[in-house]
Amino acid sequence: MYAYYVRLALKSFGRNRGLTALMLGAIALGIAVCIMTMTVYHAMSGNPIWWKNDRLYAVTMDNWDPTRPERPQYPDLPPAQLTYKDGIYLLGSNIPERKVLMYARQSVLTGGAAQRKPLPVSTRVTTSDFFSMFDVPFLYGGGWDSSGDQNALPVIVLSKEQNEKLFGGINSVGRTIRWDDHEFRVVGVLDAWSPTPRFYDLNNGAFSTPDDVYIPFGWTRTLEQYPNGGDTSCWRPEKLDTFADFLGSDCVWTQMWVELPNRASRERMQGLMDGYWAEQRKAGRFPRPRDNRLTNVGQWLKDQGVVQNDNRLLVGIAFAFLTVCLLNTVGILLAKFLNAAPIAGVRRALGASRRQIFIQHIIEVGVLAAAGALLGLGLGALGLWGVHALYVTNSQVDTVADITGGYQQLTHFDPISVFWAVVLAVVSALAAGLYPAWRIGRVAPAVYLKSQ
Amino acid sequence: MLKMQNVGKVYRTDLIETHALRDFSLEVTAGEFVAVTGPSGSGKTTFLNVAGLLETFDSGQYLLDGSDVSRLSDDARSRLRNEKIGFIFQSFNLIPDLNIYDNVDVPLRYRRLKASDRHERISSALELVGLASRVKHMPSQLSGGQQQRVAIARAIAGDPSFLLADEPTGNLDSLMARQVMDLLEQINEMGTTIVLVTHDPELARRAHRNVHVVDGQISDLKVYETRPARASTLGGASA
Repeated sequence: MYAYYVRLALKSFGRNRGLTALMLGAIALGIAVCIMTMTVYHAMSGNPIWWKNDRLYAVTMDNWDPTRPERPQYPDLPPAQLTYKDGIYLLGSNIPERKVLMYARQSVLTGGAAQRKPLPVSTRVTTSDFFSMFDVPFLYGGGWDSSGDQNALPVIVLSKEQNEKLFGGINSVGRTIRWDDHEFRVVGVLDAWSPTPRFYDLNNGAFSTPDDVYIPFGWTRTLEQYPNGGDTSCWRPEKLDTFADFLGSDCVWTQMWVELPNRASRERMQGLMDGYWAEQRKAGRFPRPRDNRLTNVGQWLKDQGVVQNDNRLLVGIAFAFLTVCLLNTVGILLAKFLNAAPIAGVRRALGASRRQIFIQHIIEVGVLAAAGALLGLGLGALGLWGVHALYVTNSQVDTVADITGGYQQLTHFDPISVFWAVVLAVVSALAAGLYPAWRIGRVAPAVYLKSQ
Repeated sequence: MLKMQNVGKVYRTDLIETHALRDFSLEVTAGEFVAVTGPSGSGKTTFLNVAGLLETFDSGQYLLDGSDVSRLSDDARSRLRNEKIGFIFQSFNLIPDLNIYDNVDVPLRYRRLKASDRHERISSALELVGLASRVKHMPSQLSGGQQQRVAIARAIAGDPSFLLADEPTGNLDSLMARQVMDLLEQINEMGTTIVLVTHDPELARRAHRNVHVVDGQISDLKVYETRPARASTLGGASA
């Protein structure tokens, strides 16, 4: 019977092509706008590692100037980064199940099977837990062991894209390449991995691309090179003649994350930080009131302004627009269905119950909704492509991520968005069709049988 | 098979009440061909709508094949209408975007018959009305007489106990009207009870009896002897 109703729906669309096109357009437009804003919002507010939201914590301590906060726009927040010495101290704790101390560098790669010209790359200098803590997928090989946290192990992990460029995508584990002036052995190649927003280091924009290569944190002292790929902030005049001076300074430039599996471990970690803070304060550091934080990913993204109010407002406006589209659809559906009331009257005379007439028409709405969802997806894709084209054509491709905050990365559908778009279309159109379908089921057939 | 006793039907608006049927009593037995005549507004169509379960009534009792229909749910009334009653209307009421085959198929769909069973019934019904070769035609491609024959095929395809015909020849010329009446007589001779509402005394005379309605009540009853009596007993009527 349902197949019969679908057939009747298709015939009905053919009977009122103009009205059908209007409804389809209204639903599709509303859905497309919602998809676009939801996709952008989802990407900008989504927690890319939500399954670890109650385990992963950003570590921050307020070591800043007593007279002013580090970032005037966030006066209640401590600096988002740690000093090297604080990071190293906390790294020595056994409380976290995993812990990562890291920073970014710009460097140059040479070598590889393709014998390319020197390749500028973004490097993450990190402790070994980075890969397991952030669930980073490997295509080939793996990371390095914890000895790399202290020692300059000459090992390197390549992103999938860099492996493509350097080795044409083959398994390059065991190959050697030159990173700046040092020879490194490839121990791992990542699979596609692009957490959006890039929560673990927001310095280069929340939507910037992931790093190209990864080397052990133990290289920091060996290299004796100042970090040049992120943000280094200092607040007081200090003697910074040597690299050792820099490492011992109150400049913040490292990011630290810890994995704490339960409340008890969080409390112990907080206790460790507070104890360390008190000890350092006695020694003349930490002049501001105590503000040591362990912040989960969701809260971190909110605190750091990744999810902004205007995005939420945009989503609200999009849904208001969808509501207007659906109200229009209700009106058109009502007109269309009541226009066909004589036919419903004939069907009632021939034995259709009110329930059957209702089901027939609600299925017609369902078919319309499905078509609206498909069209809406198409329009949404077109709209997102437009956003992409707008940003890419207005800027240099190489620097677009910096200029636009990586908007071009947002302009693709993910399966979750597609799923919700279809659900949204069907549910909203069905909701819009409930009243008209109910009304047509209530028509008095006798009125129309004499007059048709 | 159809028994109405003191049935009353009132249409109400804020300002007026119209008594469409008053103490209307009529009994139609199986196999009868009953004509219902009367002036415009006399209540003929209201009677037909109540008899066909398209409208409810306000008072009295209506038994259809022995069961009281006044307390049935919409689903039950619809099922009863689908299985026991066939309708033929003055304006044919074919569904314009369905072809002839699909139009005849409509009541069978609601009965949830198997496709093969439906096909057999549709073919025989269209065969009976002489339109078996036009199954793919759309209603607009047929003449008025042909459309009414399709409507008759649709009404009888479900093998109903009785047919309710509301001015079935009202939109047809005299030749086509005669053909339709011949067809109805043929169907009646095959055992289907027919209640025909008409203005035309000539057509009414082709029935077994003529019930004349005025102001929602039966005012006169004529039994015609010109047609051979059916096997079943003619029912009486009282007003």
